[in-house]
Amino acid sequence: MKPPPFDYLRADSIDEALAALHQHGGDARVLAGGQSLVPMLNMRLTRPSVLVDIMRVASLGEITTQRNELIVGAAVRQATLQQRPGLANEVPLLAAALPWVGHWQTRARGTICGSAAHADPSAEIPLCLTALGGTIRLRSRRKRRTVPAETFFAGTMLIDKDDDEMIEAVTFPMRRPNTGYAFAEVGRRHGDFAMVACAAMVDVAGIRLAVGGVADRPTARAFPLLEGSALDDALNEFAWALEARDDLHATARYRRDLVRQLGRQVIEAARS
Amino acid sequence: MTLLNQKQKHRVSFTLNGVPVEIEVAPRTLLTDALRHGLGATGTHVGCEHGVCGACTIQINGAPARACLTLAVQVEGCVVRTVEGLAPAPDQDGQYRLSILQAAFRRHHALQCGFCTAGILMSLDAFLRETPLPSVEAITEVIGGHLCRCTGYAPIIDAAMEAAAELRGDAKHV
Amino acid sequence: MDGSPATWVGQSIERVEDATLLSGRGRYIDDLGTRPGTLHAAILRSSHAHAAIEAIEVAAARALPGVAAVLTGTDLAAITTPLVASVRAPIEARAMATDRVRYVGEPVAVVVAADRYIAEDALDLIEVTYRPRLAVVDPEAALAPAAPVLHDGLGGNLASERAFTYGDPDAAFAQAPHRISITSRYPRNTGSPIETYGVIAEYDPHEDAFDVLANFQGPFSIHAVVARALAVPGNRLRLRMPPDSGGSFGVKQGVAPYVVLIAAAARLVGRPVKWIEDRLEHLAASVAATNRVTTLSAAVDRDGRVLALDWDQLEDCGAYLRAPEPATLYRMHGNMTGAYAIRHVKIRNRVVLTNKTPTGLVRGFGGPQVYYPLERLMQRIAVELGLDPIDIIRRNLIPAETFPYRTATGALYDSGDYAHALDIALRDGGYQALCEKRDHARAEGRLYGIGIAAVVEPSVSNMGYITTVLTAAERRKAGPKNGAQANATVSLDPLGAVTVQVASVPQGQGHRTVLAQVIADVFGLRPIDIRVITDLDTAKDAWSIASGNYSSRFAPAVAGAAKLAAEKLRARLARIAASQLNTLADDLVFAGGKITSRCNPGLVLPFNRIAATSHWAPGTMPDDVGQAIRETVFWTPPELTAPTEADEVNSSLCHGFILDFCGVEIDRITGKARIDKYVTMHDCGTILHPGMVDGQIRGGFAQGLGAAVFEELAYGDDGAFIAGSFADYLLPTATEVPRIDILHIATPSPFTPLGAKGVGEGNCMSTPVCLANAVADALGVAAIDLPLTPAKLAALARGDEAPPPAGIASTKAAKPGDRTLRGAGETTVAASPETLWAMLLDPDILAGLIPGSHGVRKLSDTRFQATVTLGIGPVKGKYRADVSLADLTPPREATLTGAITGGLGSGDGRGCVTLTPDGAGTAIAYTYEVAVGGKIASIGDRLLDGATKIIIGQFFAALARKAGGSKPTSSRFARLRAWLRIGR
Repeated sequence: MKPPPFDYLRADSIDEALAALHQHGGDARVLAGGQSLVPMLNMRLTRPSVLVDIMRVASLGEITTQRNELIVGAAVRQATLQQRPGLANEVPLLAAALPWVGHWQTRARGTICGSAAHADPSAEIPLCLTALGGTIRLRSRRKRRTVPAETFFAGTMLIDKDDDEMIEAVTFPMRRPNTGYAFAEVGRRHGDFAMVACAAMVDVAGIRLAVGGVADRPTARAFPLLEGSALDDALNEFAWALEARDDLHATARYRRDLVRQLGRQVIEAARS
Repeated sequence: MTLLNQKQKHRVSFTLNGVPVEIEVAPRTLLTDALRHGLGATGTHVGCEHGVCGACTIQINGAPARACLTLAVQVEGCVVRTVEGLAPAPDQDGQYRLSILQAAFRRHHALQCGFCTAGILMSLDAFLRETPLPSVEAITEVIGGHLCRCTGYAPIIDAAMEAAAELRGDAKHV
Repeated sequence: MDGSPATWVGQSIERVEDATLLSGRGRYIDDLGTRPGTLHAAILRSSHAHAAIEAIEVAAARALPGVAAVLTGTDLAAITTPLVASVRAPIEARAMATDRVRYVGEPVAVVVAADRYIAEDALDLIEVTYRPRLAVVDPEAALAPAAPVLHDGLGGNLASERAFTYGDPDAAFAQAPHRISITSRYPRNTGSPIETYGVIAEYDPHEDAFDVLANFQGPFSIHAVVARALAVPGNRLRLRMPPDSGGSFGVKQGVAPYVVLIAAAARLVGRPVKWIEDRLEHLAASVAATNRVTTLSAAVDRDGRVLALDWDQLEDCGAYLRAPEPATLYRMHGNMTGAYAIRHVKIRNRVVLTNKTPTGLVRGFGGPQVYYPLERLMQRIAVELGLDPIDIIRRNLIPAETFPYRTATGALYDSGDYAHALDIALRDGGYQALCEKRDHARAEGRLYGIGIAAVVEPSVSNMGYITTVLTAAERRKAGPKNGAQANATVSLDPLGAVTVQVASVPQGQGHRTVLAQVIADVFGLRPIDIRVITDLDTAKDAWSIASGNYSSRFAPAVAGAAKLAAEKLRARLARIAASQLNTLADDLVFAGGKITSRCNPGLVLPFNRIAATSHWAPGTMPDDVGQAIRETVFWTPPELTAPTEADEVNSSLCHGFILDFCGVEIDRITGKARIDKYVTMHDCGTILHPGMVDGQIRGGFAQGLGAAVFEELAYGDDGAFIAGSFADYLLPTATEVPRIDILHIATPSPFTPLGAKGVGEGNCMSTPVCLANAVADALGVAAIDLPLTPAKLAALARGDEAPPPAGIASTKAAKPGDRTLRGAGETTVAASPETLWAMLLDPDILAGLIPGSHGVRKLSDTRFQATVTLGIGPVKGKYRADVSLADLTPPREATLTGAITGGLGSGDGRGCVTLTPDGAGTAIAYTYEVAVGGKIASIGDRLLDGATKIIIGQFFAALARKAGGSKPTSSRFARLRAWLRIGR
């Protein structure tokens, strides 16, 4: 298991990285933490002609807050964000979900934006972005644009991003007053990709539940403040709508069951 | 900007266990191969080459990293530590010693074949520096980032907890 | 005297191996240097479960700079012969496929190049043309008359069938008031050591001799198999093992075919060749334990006493019978009554071949497959008779006073006190409290169960047991096979220091430490004074066919042989010392590094001075002592006799006893089984090193837990292997493995020099069924198979699912193992059906429509060939596509069948397109069924459904666009297409 050949470009500035993407387009891949890309390289599932290493671009390593958003740069490692003092207060859902991302060792290398770019349907960070209504900030030499998470994640490993664009940052809406957040996931083992992961956000206006691991992308749904069997019915409808399928680790039925049950748990936790 | 062509080998310089080293590698050369076959640091083992088993875990700038998911060219200028750098230097009469963590592993029979051990040691060494007073649950989660097929893990957890206590000065073993 | 304990044996001393391993100084195979000029191999493997190889195009690979050779099965066949098996059957097993592949991962070509990176580059350039055949993966299905046949000469897939009768089982069943049965399907799993296989080989044409370094583990009967396959006498296959090995659990026996492959490659290229297996290769194609379908019935009296057993075992050995298979089926033959005194037994054993990786040694070797149905049955007997399961077990246990006990099927159980072990386990393990806990939990509505398993753990295999697969007449013809040679060499150097060398080939078990303890006791030295060497060289060291590291033979056999060798030397040293001290040899005590007279403690000599005498002053030796330099002992237990005419076989020398019980709670929501308590009681005879024994138990438990809950080498019905990475083949981690309570009693074996028995495999036999019994108890179900996945348990714990709301179709549950990806779609376009029809038959237009097409060739009006680049996101690969059209009803309906093949795998699909006039335009409707195999299926199965949907959707979207447009395409979809990067 050795990677195919590629050129390696270590960018010192974002302009250098963008120039490389402009030049090579779809043949280039951004290398950040490497925790998803390098296994794919080693398995020869992907064959970029050039890797653009952005981890030495200082400006991409910043975590900032602006207008009720937590902005996480493309070179910010998962562990760095997890250790940010006050994260549990700023983005409580993210603080709850980050310990479930891979393992302590992979979080030390893997980046927040890299997980978004990889777009595994079971991954926690895309789920949090979707649940909270976060955005992905894309940049190319041509332009900058901001894409809502709900349309950015377009399917299994599919994202709304042009070949010459790179993710510059992702943004997480910060905690809103009188709003509860909760996260839960079930995997085969601790640290595995979720069979089902649920994130809930509840305020006086209603419930927002996002589910990962079931459809081909994290999927959010808004409900009014339902209770009892009305909530059961709404969750059942959501569970079926996600078109779960069987795989090696879980059946479609099991996934629907977890959407109903885990979904209810996180909604109740977010309410309390 | 540094552009390294795939058809050539390129010099990479970094610090390995406190010693400056240089090695010529292709851009695609994995750090595992560079360390083991390029620099002869064979203590870092290769178990899966997709980042799951953890046998190749080393420290880059003090943080744990799967060497199999790292390109050698990525560690240019970095401080790299491997299992070969864990033990203190031999004492004055030439006796080789083990670190507190390594010695705890030996006392607890926390290894059998020893193939996964280097990675676990490197994780725990970094973790105990970050978290001197760990809970059993936290230690278990860190060890959970590694696969060991021999021990059933309990002795590894025991060794780590005892080493943590000794590193804090709460306990001493001779 | 010097602070030494009375004996070193029995102490949990620190291991002599550990400081080296802990400081990164281990010497595993990939840590050792190679000769200058050594080349590196990479292996191309079949992506098909069953296919004819029609052509292998290697020119492009061979032309790649750095590539020394590309070898195919035909090249190899010119200088090798098939691997011989234990059963004479027309099954030709070779190290590399020649004209047909029979499992995903079977070697098809090997590239030998300057380094592994280049070798893998060259693999990408090899093009194999396969003609797929139907595959069969289910052992029962493989026996069906219409099943695809793997080996034509066999006429079917049944490779062996034998029936056995011991006592009078028919009478017992006729008389018994109850017949209780269970059917189990034991799944495939493997040991998965963290170090993979490695081989470094070279060939000297002048001596016609191979020199091979491999992390092989034995049994060394396989040395003969490898030498014969390489067409050299045994003395021209020098097989060496590295000093350290990164675990094996039986699995590294399976490196043998790769020794043949790499050694042959070295011979063909004239240079040393090195191959280190990677993890994907290992999971797909190293070695699996057998999967087995068993129906077991018991004749039971009113008190739950089992009078007879009736076994029907269907063993699945995969695509080839590879030596020593079908040994997994016969290893337990003497133990088919487990821990119970059952005198009447009937057995039918069948061995079937299927399109899966060939099986071989995996820790537990046959034990898990036997104890799963046996101990599930004991629980069923308790449930069906309304009796306490502990009482059922106790009532049937072999009584202590009957040891050595001859089982109905021929094993001679050496020692034990099973009832006592049970009592102590229940008392010290807190069984009563656990029952109360279960009652309490159930009263609260929780799903809590208790499982129990009683297991006899055999160790030190009789090399003759496998011949039980032959009839008595066939055995007479072949000549008797029996026994198990263990050997050890103890030598004294000119400074009087002691070195021990054995052929036990440890894979991390600490043999060097235990041998240092054993020998230190014999000579009155400290373990630190003894140097133990375990890296074996078949050209120079003592060994025999039974050598190696399997059947838990180290402590009972090898350590005992070392003790005997040391005692022989000690007797001679005593004679030398006696002559110098003018006393009798019997008067001398070896202790504290000295040899001292018991009668006159003033008479004392340093050990090392006497130990060196034979080197420096052989002339001073007492006449009949001979040398006292080196002693090699071969020891084979007389109890290991050949199978009798009546097919009774003492399949193993030693028999330990295990009594496990556990409490498990199942989460109603997640279906996860939480192990609340696990107690394991062991009687492994004399314990040589308590720390290591407990280490074996904990490690075995973790593997047993893996087999029970997490691990399965899963295949689809089409033969695709879908657990190809560590993200899908799930080994338990620290967060999954609970702490267990370990208890011991010791009834020493009368048959082994140290009284020790094996202990390494027991929990792989007891733990899976103990956990399954607890889960069955918690859920109140009669039938349950492994693995105990959350989805499976949740489905059992819950009633029917809430129906889908109106408007959403309930998806039909797919048959388990059916991996067919199905989909449908429709779109409306502006063009007429006739226009669309013409487009679908035009290769130039098709070239523009097929996602990622590099051009389409029209082979006939209904056959097309294309080269395409397909993928989603960053994952993409190049494929050759063959498409044909059938059932043409112009311009309304067509069926497309196609196959694609490429580096990432292969796919077969079938689709139906209908064109219906719709106003001025046409409504296009399509359905498809696709099966994907090969690498992409084995590592990315869960992602394939979405990918297929997208790619097929792309084709029809392009068709619609080309035909004059349908709905305008949004910019977002344009970007998606760009991201898909189809069409390059």
